[in-house]
Amino acid sequence: MKALARLTALLTLLLSLLGSAVAQEATDCTVIIGSQVEMATGSSSDALVVIKGERIAAVGNAINGLELQPGVAPTARYQGGTCQTVDAVGSILTAGLIEVSSALGLVEIGLEQKTRHHEWEEGPNNRAGLRASDAYNPRSSLVPVARLGGLTSALVVPTGGLISGQSALVDLSGNSQQEAIVLPSAAVHANPHSGSSRAAGLYLLRQALDDARFLLRNPSAHQQGRSRDLSAPLGALRALAPVIENKIPLVLKADRAADIEAALRLAEEQNLRLVISGGAEAWLLADQLATSKSAVVIDPMVYGPGSFDQLNGRPDNAVLLDQAGVNVIISSFSSHRAGTLRQSAGNAVRAGLKPSAALWAITGAPAQAFGMPDRGEIRAGGMANLVLWSGDPLELSSVPQRVFIRGEQQALQSRQTELRERYRNLPGSPIEPPPLLRGQ
Amino acid sequence: MLDHTRSQLGHLTRAALSCVLLCASSAPVLANEQPATAPAGATSPLKALKEAEQQGLRRVEPIAAIEYPKLLITGAEIHTAAGAPITDGYLLVEAGRIKAIGSGQAPPLEGAIHIDASGKIITPGLIDTHSHLGVYAAPSSRAHSDGNEATAPATAGVWAEHSFGPQDPGIQRAVAGGVTTIQVLPGSANLIGGRGVVLQMVPRRGSRAMRFPGAPETIKMACGENPKRVYGSRSSAPSTRMGNIRATRSAFLAASRFLERLEQHQASSEGAKKKSRKRRSKDSSKESGPDRDLDLESLAGVLRGEILPQVHCYRADDMLSMLQLADEFGFSIRSFHHATDAYKIRDILATKQVAVSTWADWWGFKLEAYDAIPESAAMIAAAGGIAVIHSDSSIGIQRLNQEAAKAWYAGLNAGFELSRNEALRWITWNPAWALGIHEQTGSLEVGKRADLVIWSGDPFSVYTRAEKVFIEGVLRHDQADLRTWSDFELGQRNSP
Repeated sequence: MKALARLTALLTLLLSLLGSAVAQEATDCTVIIGSQVEMATGSSSDALVVIKGERIAAVGNAINGLELQPGVAPTARYQGGTCQTVDAVGSILTAGLIEVSSALGLVEIGLEQKTRHHEWEEGPNNRAGLRASDAYNPRSSLVPVARLGGLTSALVVPTGGLISGQSALVDLSGNSQQEAIVLPSAAVHANPHSGSSRAAGLYLLRQALDDARFLLRNPSAHQQGRSRDLSAPLGALRALAPVIENKIPLVLKADRAADIEAALRLAEEQNLRLVISGGAEAWLLADQLATSKSAVVIDPMVYGPGSFDQLNGRPDNAVLLDQAGVNVIISSFSSHRAGTLRQSAGNAVRAGLKPSAALWAITGAPAQAFGMPDRGEIRAGGMANLVLWSGDPLELSSVPQRVFIRGEQQALQSRQTELRERYRNLPGSPIEPPPLLRGQ
Repeated sequence: MLDHTRSQLGHLTRAALSCVLLCASSAPVLANEQPATAPAGATSPLKALKEAEQQGLRRVEPIAAIEYPKLLITGAEIHTAAGAPITDGYLLVEAGRIKAIGSGQAPPLEGAIHIDASGKIITPGLIDTHSHLGVYAAPSSRAHSDGNEATAPATAGVWAEHSFGPQDPGIQRAVAGGVTTIQVLPGSANLIGGRGVVLQMVPRRGSRAMRFPGAPETIKMACGENPKRVYGSRSSAPSTRMGNIRATRSAFLAASRFLERLEQHQASSEGAKKKSRKRRSKDSSKESGPDRDLDLESLAGVLRGEILPQVHCYRADDMLSMLQLADEFGFSIRSFHHATDAYKIRDILATKQVAVSTWADWWGFKLEAYDAIPESAAMIAAAGGIAVIHSDSSIGIQRLNQEAAKAWYAGLNAGFELSRNEALRWITWNPAWALGIHEQTGSLEVGKRADLVIWSGDPFSVYTRAEKVFIEGVLRHDQADLRTWSDFELGQRNSP
């Protein structure tokens, strides 16, 4: 079975490369030649990028140890090994895009309860112990669709309750949880502003954090029966330890300026790493957010007011935040349509954001805020999560020509492309019977 | 129903804002600017029906005489949606209509305001066949959830215009995105959701005064998951797809009988009239025909071809069921809405001339939308069908141009060679046709309404903004003008 699966995967890969000019001999490295490379430090035209194994080995206009033989089928050798080459002249290479507010791999059909694993419908208020990584399905039909939008990693996020649980950071490839999951517990997510009273939401959140801190400081108290009444089961409270210890961020949903202010106060008094998610009115608190180094996740396309919390929403929210020095992360807040992430970033540029800042907001900024410093930018030693675009990555006319995840080129196929090919000629689905007597 | 949508979709913020679950479409019909006088005494029952309809469309809100400025717009690249782009184009506008359009030196028009649009691109105003603006006004609230009369599965007698709140802040935001006309529809909780209404996007105190003059009436119908979920979860009919079709057929059977009785009555009263002319005898007025019935009158309008059905369906087989039902009762579906499977039956839809109002890339939010593909609109267009990109969303409607662009480029990248003009028609002429207003708007041609957008650049670029939007030649959006139309927003917005 495994061999068959591997053969199928190989065939799929070969098919996807058919007609391209890539040299397909067995190689241990790949050289991307001639693209414009978008890096944190600026963009470099006509550049070379060497991928070795799952990492970027080198980037530059000239690379030590790289021998190139140009020609119709150019060959390359790097540090003694033979490389395949990718002619990328006229294309743009960026780090793979990262979506931080989705249920990719956790949901299949929005309205089908049995396929929704990001939300615990009847769960308790504090479910911090819940790990999205336990439910992540790397074979979800949403994953290849997201890859076709240029996404290579995602934070997959549980929802519901006051403390919704722990999100996981995944690479959007691999056939097992083990292969896909980069960080099983990347952040804890909470939504203190969902109930009838926001004050109540923050009171309960504080209580949970205080209890978690008590347990952390008195690790044996519970066993020895010296504990106090606790607001949640031990598992939920212990799961908050990395938040209290500042190892992972607490992501709070908040759109309204007043709620963001309260969240900032909570983070300061509890010394937490705060990420605001939603942030429709965040621009009103741009300076405080910058000072506290809190990242803000926003969607520049949601220009409401969808709710009473977004009355001061603005299309140039990202611009004002960026000007104040806030760490802006752009999100599509979508799972099935996570591929609209770059459209969201493009709309921030339309509203005045610098293109380099918009690209950073969907690559480097999310990677750094959620503990994946080796992703989200193109540099030697970094993970080779890369997308080669036919043009401006934020423009609607551009498409990913190649997607690399951990150095491996991904087939640009999905259930959607297969439906398209099946129905390219009608009637589409096979309605002719199979030949009864083959070969006669 | 929007509340359900939100909680059920969790992460899908944009979708949640847009009433994905229960939105169907509806359709158009009668003249807009009705005289404020009562119709003359009815003589035949069908006429009476017609006149009752007119009566129902009288307008209380007076509209001050609009001062239509004369406009001379020059220097732009004009994408007319009626053919190749005009470079160095000019447009002359008088009395709200396009007086002249061409390239190079414009003929003189005395007293015209000159607008230099050099370096800009002009297109027709965008038209959205599927909006719930006003019936689910922003911000989302229980009080303003007026889109689904989900108390019975067939409510043909309700009218979206009676739910529509003109203070919805989303209206002005849509205009800022280049939208000049929308169809507002009831949601899709019901098999027959009620009448839609076609509106021009001008600020008024009530919906009736926003009605697009001359637009036909429309009706919203739905098939598939939504109606059976809404009623099935209450253990009432329908709870299955077959239950959906039975209930819809039953409604049209009743409407057929109603129409038959009307026609019989008309025939007999005409016969009586002839007789009475000879004999000068009895007063026939007491033979009054069937009682008025708002639900049946709407469906009778569909059977008579006067009310355009706008049918929410996703799956190909559901659409085929509805086409069969329409054949059975002898009416035409004007447009399917959402129709994420339409590419699978595009040959049939093209032959039958049923428009397909769909999205660029929405999929998977429910099982009947699982097979959506981004190339659908392009495949429909390539097969000779009438493709429309609709929003069904207060967010999506702010950038219909980007949605059309995504659908066009998806098609191009998959080898469906379609012109830019064709893609532009998905958000201009084709939706105008789906609403029956293509002779008044939807393309830039002499004699048509001056509904137009001056864009900062290529309307199919993500970076382009609608700088100025004219509706009937009147400037309704200027990006420099930040005044809000909505009373709701007054006094509660801060500036940087």
